[in-house]
Amino acid sequence: MKRETFIKILSWLSFFTVSFGILSLVIFLIIRGISSLNLRLIFGTVPILEAVTGARPVWDGIWPAMAGTLLLLFVTMAIVIVPGISCGLWLSCFASERGRSVVGECVNVLAGIPSIVMGLFGLEVIILLRRTFLPNGKTCLLLSAFCLAVLVMPALVTAVRSAADSVPHGLKVTAYALGMSEAQTVRHIIIPSAAPGILGGVILAMGRAMEDTAVIMLTGAVANAGLPTGLTGKFEALPFRIYYTSAQYTGAEELAQGFGTALLLLLMSETLLITARILQRRLLRKWRG
Amino acid sequence: MNAGKSPLFLKALALSVSGILGTVTAFIIVSGIEAVIGGQGFSFFSSVWNPNAGHFGILPMIHASVLLAVSSLCVGWLLSLGCCCVMNGLAPKYIADAMMMILTVMTAMPTVVYGFAAVFLLVPVIREAFGGSGFCWLSAGMILALQSVPTMTLVMDASVRSLSSQTRITAETLGMTPAQHLCRVVLPSSSKALLSSAILGLGRCAGDALLPVMLAGNAVRFASSPLDSMRTLTAHISLVLSSDIGGGEHLSLLLSGALLLAFCGTVSIISGSIIRRRKHEA
Repeated sequence: MKRETFIKILSWLSFFTVSFGILSLVIFLIIRGISSLNLRLIFGTVPILEAVTGARPVWDGIWPAMAGTLLLLFVTMAIVIVPGISCGLWLSCFASERGRSVVGECVNVLAGIPSIVMGLFGLEVIILLRRTFLPNGKTCLLLSAFCLAVLVMPALVTAVRSAADSVPHGLKVTAYALGMSEAQTVRHIIIPSAAPGILGGVILAMGRAMEDTAVIMLTGAVANAGLPTGLTGKFEALPFRIYYTSAQYTGAEELAQGFGTALLLLLMSETLLITARILQRRLLRKWRG
Repeated sequence: MNAGKSPLFLKALALSVSGILGTVTAFIIVSGIEAVIGGQGFSFFSSVWNPNAGHFGILPMIHASVLLAVSSLCVGWLLSLGCCCVMNGLAPKYIADAMMMILTVMTAMPTVVYGFAAVFLLVPVIREAFGGSGFCWLSAGMILALQSVPTMTLVMDASVRSLSSQTRITAETLGMTPAQHLCRVVLPSSSKALLSSAILGLGRCAGDALLPVMLAGNAVRFASSPLDSMRTLTAHISLVLSSDIGGGEHLSLLLSGALLLAFCGTVSIISGSIIRRRKHEA
């Protein structure tokens, strides 16, 4: 067979396979999940205000898992944002050739570490701490957030780096010609110009932190914890809840809730992705004119 | 630019990233080595897994990891190659745009959602069609292949797109069809991107934990047909939550983690160096 024919057949076959596969999964989720996707899914029968303030516990909704995921995201981002953005900026603007290749390689390797290994790392850290100076330590939200932060760090660094790299060289040269120091250039020229791309990177990192299940299932997520009680408590999270439902559901109602939750998580991830894309595209358009 | 002038805190934070990597790697690898040394009585590199009788062989898990990763990589890589060609001139523009949109949506789709939908859609289909429980190598491999497509396609596409835009006009002037242009000019010269995408995909397929746990059945055995249940290294780590710290089960987790980390780290270094060499040549 001629190479061209082979490639043509392969292309159309792949197009139909991939789109059929993904569309059937998504449409299946929508059909089964859309009916349970409403406020009752989240808050159950408890009035919203009382559920949000924690005045009454939500037993038949996914609010505890949602609150857990939101708090987890918040803590993760609080840990990762400063080192991640700084590392990206340093790689793009300040690093020497050698520093760039060494740190860049580290980021690359870090990006390849499977999330389950990161979870195992968290588990081992807490075991080590228990043996040494925290005899009462247990897996908790803070530990999960730390491991997630390490997990999403490479994505953030790479995005910030490419956002800062995309600032036109002429702009930097002009800044130097006007007598600005390097630090001033970064502070007043590069960061503002690359801001949409940096924000896009932050949002992409949030998306990855939100969807990851392997890390949190080893470092403190549980099925029934109620609202998160603090940084050192166990917690519920949306992805873990979906995973748990798929294996342990006991009836049609729980299953319907599982489909609703999966659809909700999918929608949240896609929203984050689209926001990030819009921001990054705005950055590109700004410089291409 | 001069590296000496960068604000100190920025440099410190950047270097801390390498520090974190070093810590994680050293921690996991050292624990793994410790497990091998401290757990000599448990004979990890044997094929028998029977915790009650004190047999903790993880060879079946290694076997399953390799099988699953390689099989889903082969399928996923071919699909990615096809998708990449679809986006670069083999299909009408609206198809190419649709493909790009689908791939973009796929990059953000949570793994657990793939798994959840597959448990209730694909697994019953497989069960009806081939018998058995439906939780098998085939189900996990299919979804894993699908899930790895966007990552690999985007790596290929970056290189293929720039090469094809550089050479398109010349090729058209010479009377080449778009298919000939792709097959004879662009794909051969972007072989390194194709290779590095395959290596990257191998790392992803071997490192994914959730799909094998949810779809592959998790029985410890040497799978011989696609309908057999299997337990990969990653699934092994997520399943054994033993409180027996220092015992055979726990040490086998550490060893699995160290093996995975060593494998995926090597894979990232190789694929990174291929990409970098390509940039130097360009």
